[in-house]
Amino acid sequence: MSDRVPADSATARAIVAGHGEFASGLVSAVDVITGRGNQLIPVAVPGLCAEDIEKLIRARMDESGVKVIFTDLQAGSCTMAARRILRGADDAVLIAGVNLPTLLDFVFADQMPVIDAARHAAERGRGAITVLGAAGGVKHA
Amino acid sequence: MTLVLNRIDDRLIHGQVVVGWGQPLDIRFIVLVDDEVAASEWEQELYRMGVPPEMDVYFLNVSKAIAELPRLREDSRQGILLTGDIDTMRRLVEAGGITSVNLGGIHHRTGRTQRLRYVFLNNDEEGALRDIATLGVSVSAQDVPGARPIPLDDILAGVAG
Repeated sequence: MSDRVPADSATARAIVAGHGEFASGLVSAVDVITGRGNQLIPVAVPGLCAEDIEKLIRARMDESGVKVIFTDLQAGSCTMAARRILRGADDAVLIAGVNLPTLLDFVFADQMPVIDAARHAAERGRGAITVLGAAGGVKHA
Repeated sequence: MTLVLNRIDDRLIHGQVVVGWGQPLDIRFIVLVDDEVAASEWEQELYRMGVPPEMDVYFLNVSKAIAELPRLREDSRQGILLTGDIDTMRRLVEAGGITSVNLGGIHHRTGRTQRLRYVFLNNDEEGALRDIATLGVSVSAQDVPGARPIPLDDILAGVAG
Protein backbone atom coordinates (compact mmCIF):
# COMPACT_ATOMS: atom_id res chain seq x y z
CA MET A 1 0.00 0.00 0.00
CA SER A 2 3.04 2.22 -0.22
CA ASP A 3 1.54 4.40 -2.97
CA ARG A 4 -1.78 4.65 -1.20
CA VAL A 5 -3.00 7.26 1.21
CA PRO A 6 -3.49 5.73 4.67
CA ALA A 7 -6.67 6.29 6.62
CA ASP A 8 -7.07 9.59 8.42
CA SER A 9 -9.92 11.18 10.32
CA ALA A 10 -11.46 12.41 7.07
CA THR A 11 -11.57 9.03 5.34
CA ALA A 12 -11.63 6.47 8.16
CA ARG A 13 -14.89 4.60 8.75
CA ALA A 14 -13.74 1.56 10.71
CA ILE A 15 -10.94 -0.10 12.64
CA VAL A 16 -9.70 -3.57 11.71
CA ALA A 17 -7.87 -5.38 14.54
CA GLY A 18 -6.53 -8.89 14.94
CA HIS A 19 -3.68 -11.30 15.48
CA GLY A 20 -0.28 -10.88 13.88
CA GLU A 21 -0.46 -8.91 10.63
CA PHE A 22 -4.05 -9.93 9.97
CA ALA A 23 -5.35 -6.35 9.95
CA SER A 24 -2.72 -4.80 7.70
CA GLY A 25 -2.93 -7.79 5.36
CA LEU A 26 -6.68 -7.55 5.05
CA VAL A 27 -6.65 -3.79 4.60
CA SER A 28 -3.92 -4.16 2.00
CA ALA A 29 -6.09 -6.64 0.12
CA VAL A 30 -9.06 -4.26 0.24
CA ASP A 31 -6.87 -1.51 -1.14
CA VAL A 32 -5.48 -3.63 -3.96
CA ILE A 33 -8.98 -4.62 -5.02
CA THR A 34 -10.84 -1.33 -4.54
CA GLY A 35 -8.41 1.51 -3.80
CA ARG A 36 -10.58 2.21 -0.76
CA GLY A 37 -8.27 0.92 1.94
CA ASN A 38 -8.08 4.39 3.44
CA GLN A 39 -11.51 3.82 4.99
CA LEU A 40 -9.95 1.25 7.31
CA ILE A 41 -7.46 1.68 10.13
CA PRO A 42 -5.44 -1.52 10.70
CA VAL A 43 -4.44 -2.21 14.30
CA ALA A 44 -1.87 -4.83 15.36
CA VAL A 45 -1.26 -5.63 19.02
CA PRO A 46 2.01 -7.58 19.32
CA GLY A 47 3.27 -8.03 22.87
CA LEU A 48 0.54 -5.95 24.49
CA CYS A 49 -1.38 -6.89 27.61
CA ALA A 50 -5.18 -6.80 27.51
CA GLU A 51 -5.26 -3.38 29.15
CA ASP A 52 -2.91 -1.87 26.58
CA ILE A 53 -4.81 -3.44 23.68
CA GLU A 54 -7.94 -1.72 24.96
CA LYS A 55 -6.07 1.59 25.31
CA LEU A 56 -4.67 1.32 21.79
CA ILE A 57 -8.00 0.58 20.13
CA ARG A 58 -9.71 3.27 22.18
CA ALA A 59 -7.04 5.78 21.15
CA ARG A 60 -7.49 4.94 17.47
CA MET A 61 -11.26 5.39 17.84
CA ASP A 62 -10.85 8.72 19.60
CA GLU A 63 -8.37 10.01 17.02
CA SER A 64 -10.49 9.03 14.06
CA GLY A 65 -14.01 9.22 15.44
CA VAL A 66 -14.93 5.83 13.99
CA LYS A 67 -17.73 3.79 15.54
CA VAL A 68 -17.15 0.46 13.81
CA ILE A 69 -14.62 -2.20 14.84
CA PHE A 70 -13.93 -5.35 12.84
CA THR A 71 -11.95 -8.12 14.60
CA ASP A 72 -10.66 -11.47 13.45
CA LEU A 73 -11.71 -13.98 16.10
CA GLN A 74 -14.52 -14.08 18.63
CA ALA A 75 -12.19 -15.44 21.32
CA GLY A 76 -9.39 -13.05 20.45
CA SER A 77 -8.01 -10.41 22.76
CA CYS A 78 -8.87 -7.63 20.30
CA THR A 79 -12.48 -8.75 20.40
CA MET A 80 -12.42 -8.83 24.20
CA ALA A 81 -10.94 -5.32 24.26
CA ALA A 82 -13.50 -4.03 21.76
CA ARG A 83 -16.35 -5.47 23.79
CA ARG A 84 -15.08 -3.63 26.86
CA ILE A 85 -14.84 -0.39 24.87
CA LEU A 86 -18.33 -0.79 23.45
CA ARG A 87 -19.89 -1.70 26.78
CA GLY A 88 -22.92 0.53 27.16
CA ALA A 89 -22.30 2.29 23.83
CA ASP A 90 -25.37 2.31 21.62
CA ASP A 91 -23.77 4.26 18.78
CA ALA A 92 -20.98 1.79 17.94
CA VAL A 93 -20.76 -1.77 16.67
CA LEU A 94 -18.31 -4.68 16.75
CA ILE A 95 -18.16 -7.31 14.01
CA ALA A 96 -16.08 -10.35 15.10
CA GLY A 97 -14.89 -12.91 12.56
CA VAL A 98 -14.36 -10.44 9.72
CA ASN A 99 -13.29 -11.64 6.28
CA LEU A 100 -12.34 -9.98 3.02
CA PRO A 101 -15.84 -10.09 1.45
CA THR A 102 -17.17 -8.33 4.55
CA LEU A 103 -14.75 -5.46 4.17
CA LEU A 104 -15.24 -5.20 0.43
CA ASP A 105 -18.97 -4.77 0.95
CA PHE A 106 -18.35 -2.26 3.73
CA VAL A 107 -16.05 0.07 1.79
CA PHE A 108 -18.52 0.28 -1.10
CA ALA A 109 -21.46 0.97 1.22
CA ASP A 110 -20.27 4.49 1.92
CA GLN A 111 -23.64 6.07 1.24
CA MET A 112 -25.26 4.14 4.09
CA PRO A 113 -25.10 5.13 7.76
CA VAL A 114 -21.91 3.48 8.93
CA ILE A 115 -23.52 1.18 11.50
CA ASP A 116 -26.01 -0.05 8.91
CA ALA A 117 -23.17 -0.53 6.44
CA ALA A 118 -21.29 -2.67 8.96
CA ARG A 119 -24.31 -4.86 9.65
CA HIS A 120 -25.00 -5.25 5.94
CA ALA A 121 -21.36 -6.13 5.29
CA ALA A 122 -21.38 -8.74 8.05
CA GLU A 123 -24.30 -10.50 6.40
CA ARG A 124 -22.54 -10.38 3.05
CA GLY A 125 -19.38 -11.81 4.57
CA ARG A 126 -21.27 -14.56 6.34
CA GLY A 127 -22.75 -15.73 3.07
CA ALA A 128 -19.54 -15.45 1.09
CA ILE A 129 -17.93 -18.68 2.26
CA THR A 130 -18.29 -21.25 -0.49
CA VAL A 131 -17.25 -24.89 -0.56
CA LEU A 132 -16.27 -26.20 -3.99
CA GLY A 133 -15.55 -29.72 -5.20
CA ALA A 134 -15.59 -33.12 -3.45
CA ALA A 135 -19.03 -33.99 -4.85
CA GLY A 136 -22.27 -32.21 -4.34
CA GLY A 137 -21.51 -29.15 -6.45
CA VAL A 138 -21.36 -25.66 -4.99
CA LYS A 139 -22.34 -25.34 -1.36
CA HIS A 140 -22.70 -22.19 0.63
CA ALA A 141 -21.67 -22.43 4.28
CA MET B 1 -7.91 -37.16 32.06
CA THR B 2 -7.57 -34.00 34.05
CA LEU B 3 -6.14 -30.50 33.94
CA VAL B 4 -3.51 -30.94 31.25
CA LEU B 5 -2.18 -27.38 31.25
CA ASN B 6 -1.65 -24.96 34.12
CA ARG B 7 -1.22 -21.63 32.35
CA ILE B 8 -0.42 -18.07 33.39
CA ASP B 9 -1.68 -15.64 30.75
CA ASP B 10 -2.65 -12.04 31.41
CA ARG B 11 -5.02 -12.07 28.43
CA LEU B 12 -6.89 -14.96 30.09
CA ILE B 13 -9.24 -16.49 27.52
CA HIS B 14 -8.10 -15.57 24.00
CA GLY B 15 -7.13 -17.13 20.69
CA GLN B 16 -3.98 -18.94 21.81
CA VAL B 17 -5.79 -20.56 24.72
CA VAL B 18 -9.06 -21.48 23.06
CA VAL B 19 -7.76 -22.38 19.61
CA GLY B 20 -3.97 -22.72 19.84
CA TRP B 21 -4.01 -25.09 22.83
CA GLY B 22 -7.69 -25.90 23.01
CA GLN B 23 -7.99 -27.70 19.69
CA PRO B 24 -4.89 -29.94 19.73
CA LEU B 25 -5.41 -30.89 23.38
CA ASP B 26 -9.15 -31.42 22.89
CA ILE B 27 -9.86 -29.09 25.77
CA ARG B 28 -13.44 -29.30 27.02
CA PHE B 29 -13.27 -27.02 30.04
CA ILE B 30 -11.30 -24.08 31.40
CA VAL B 31 -10.95 -23.31 35.09
CA LEU B 32 -10.36 -19.57 35.16
CA VAL B 33 -9.08 -18.46 38.56
CA ASP B 34 -9.21 -14.73 39.08
CA ASP B 35 -10.71 -12.91 42.05
CA GLU B 36 -11.84 -9.93 39.97
CA VAL B 37 -13.48 -11.95 37.21
CA ALA B 38 -15.10 -14.28 39.74
CA ALA B 39 -16.82 -11.26 41.27
CA SER B 40 -18.19 -9.85 38.01
CA GLU B 41 -21.04 -11.36 36.02
CA TRP B 42 -20.24 -9.02 33.14
CA GLU B 43 -16.60 -10.15 32.95
CA GLN B 44 -17.69 -13.78 33.05
CA GLU B 45 -20.12 -13.26 30.21
CA LEU B 46 -17.38 -11.52 28.23
CA TYR B 47 -15.09 -14.53 28.51
CA ARG B 48 -17.83 -17.09 28.12
CA MET B 49 -18.75 -15.64 24.74
CA GLY B 50 -15.17 -16.23 23.61
CA VAL B 51 -15.32 -20.00 23.84
CA PRO B 52 -17.13 -22.50 21.62
CA PRO B 53 -20.34 -24.06 22.98
CA GLU B 54 -18.70 -27.43 23.63
CA MET B 55 -16.23 -25.86 26.06
CA ASP B 56 -17.25 -25.08 29.65
CA VAL B 57 -15.69 -22.30 31.67
CA TYR B 58 -15.68 -22.32 35.47
CA PHE B 59 -14.98 -18.98 37.13
CA LEU B 60 -13.52 -19.28 40.61
CA ASN B 61 -11.79 -17.01 43.09
CA VAL B 62 -8.57 -18.32 44.62
CA SER B 63 -10.01 -19.71 47.82
CA LYS B 64 -12.84 -21.47 46.04
CA ALA B 65 -10.41 -22.82 43.45
CA ILE B 66 -8.21 -24.34 46.15
CA ALA B 67 -11.28 -26.10 47.52
CA GLU B 68 -12.62 -27.20 44.12
CA LEU B 69 -9.45 -28.21 42.27
CA PRO B 70 -9.19 -31.75 43.69
CA ARG B 71 -12.69 -32.46 42.38
CA LEU B 72 -12.05 -30.76 39.03
CA ARG B 73 -8.94 -32.89 38.54
CA GLU B 74 -11.19 -35.95 38.63
CA ASP B 75 -13.13 -34.69 35.60
CA SER B 76 -13.07 -37.23 32.79
CA ARG B 77 -12.55 -34.46 30.23
CA GLN B 78 -9.36 -32.52 29.51
CA GLY B 79 -9.13 -29.02 30.91
CA ILE B 80 -6.90 -25.99 31.34
CA LEU B 81 -6.25 -24.23 34.64
CA LEU B 82 -5.80 -20.56 33.81
CA THR B 83 -4.69 -17.56 35.86
CA GLY B 84 -4.04 -14.01 34.75
CA ASP B 85 -1.08 -13.38 37.03
CA ILE B 86 1.84 -15.21 38.59
CA ASP B 87 0.88 -14.65 42.22
CA THR B 88 -2.49 -16.34 41.75
CA MET B 89 -0.78 -19.38 40.26
CA ARG B 90 1.75 -19.38 43.10
CA ARG B 91 -1.09 -19.58 45.62
CA LEU B 92 -2.65 -22.49 43.74
CA VAL B 93 0.71 -24.27 43.56
CA GLU B 94 1.17 -23.87 47.31
CA ALA B 95 -2.15 -25.64 47.81
CA GLY B 96 -0.70 -28.70 46.03
CA GLY B 97 -1.51 -30.87 43.05
CA ILE B 98 0.33 -28.88 40.37
CA THR B 99 3.55 -30.30 38.92
CA SER B 100 4.11 -27.99 35.95
CA VAL B 101 3.32 -24.39 35.06
CA ASN B 102 3.14 -22.90 31.59
CA LEU B 103 4.06 -19.23 31.29
CA GLY B 104 1.94 -18.24 28.32
CA GLY B 105 1.91 -14.48 28.29
CA ILE B 106 2.84 -11.73 30.72
CA HIS B 107 2.96 -8.62 28.61
CA HIS B 108 4.55 -5.20 28.83
CA ARG B 109 3.68 -2.97 31.74
CA THR B 110 5.56 -0.19 33.50
CA GLY B 111 8.16 -1.63 35.86
CA ARG B 112 8.53 -4.90 33.99
CA THR B 113 11.63 -5.98 32.08
CA GLN B 114 11.33 -7.94 28.85
CA ARG B 115 12.53 -11.54 29.15
CA LEU B 116 10.94 -13.05 26.06
CA ARG B 117 8.78 -11.74 23.22
CA TYR B 118 5.73 -12.47 25.33
CA VAL B 119 7.14 -12.42 28.86
CA PHE B 120 7.84 -9.24 30.81
CA LEU B 121 8.54 -9.49 34.54
CA ASN B 122 9.08 -7.23 37.53
CA ASN B 123 11.14 -8.26 40.56
CA ASP B 124 8.16 -9.49 42.57
CA GLU B 125 6.98 -11.63 39.66
CA GLU B 126 10.45 -13.13 39.23
CA GLY B 127 10.44 -13.95 42.93
CA ALA B 128 7.03 -15.59 42.68
CA LEU B 129 8.21 -17.73 39.78
CA ARG B 130 11.27 -18.80 41.78
CA ASP B 131 8.96 -19.65 44.68
CA ILE B 132 6.92 -21.88 42.38
CA ALA B 133 10.05 -23.63 41.12
CA THR B 134 11.34 -24.09 44.67
CA LEU B 135 8.21 -26.13 45.39
CA GLY B 136 9.40 -28.68 42.85
CA VAL B 137 7.21 -27.46 40.02
CA SER B 138 8.52 -27.37 36.47
CA VAL B 139 8.10 -23.84 35.06
CA SER B 140 8.58 -23.06 31.40
CA ALA B 141 7.44 -20.44 28.91
CA GLN B 142 5.64 -21.54 25.77
CA ASP B 143 3.02 -19.38 24.09
CA VAL B 144 1.70 -21.98 21.63
CA PRO B 145 2.11 -25.78 21.36
CA GLY B 146 4.45 -25.57 18.36
CA ALA B 147 6.93 -23.33 20.16
CA ARG B 148 9.95 -24.60 22.07
CA PRO B 149 9.35 -24.62 25.84
CA ILE B 150 11.88 -22.35 27.56
CA PRO B 151 12.85 -23.36 31.11
CA LEU B 152 12.57 -20.77 33.88
CA ASP B 153 16.32 -20.76 34.51
CA ASP B 154 16.95 -19.76 30.91
CA ILE B 155 14.31 -17.06 31.04
CA LEU B 156 15.72 -15.48 34.19
CA ALA B 157 19.33 -15.91 33.10
CA GLY B 158 18.54 -13.96 29.98
CA VAL B 159 19.86 -16.69 27.73
CA ALA B 160 16.52 -17.40 26.09
CA GLY B 161 15.59 -15.83 22.78
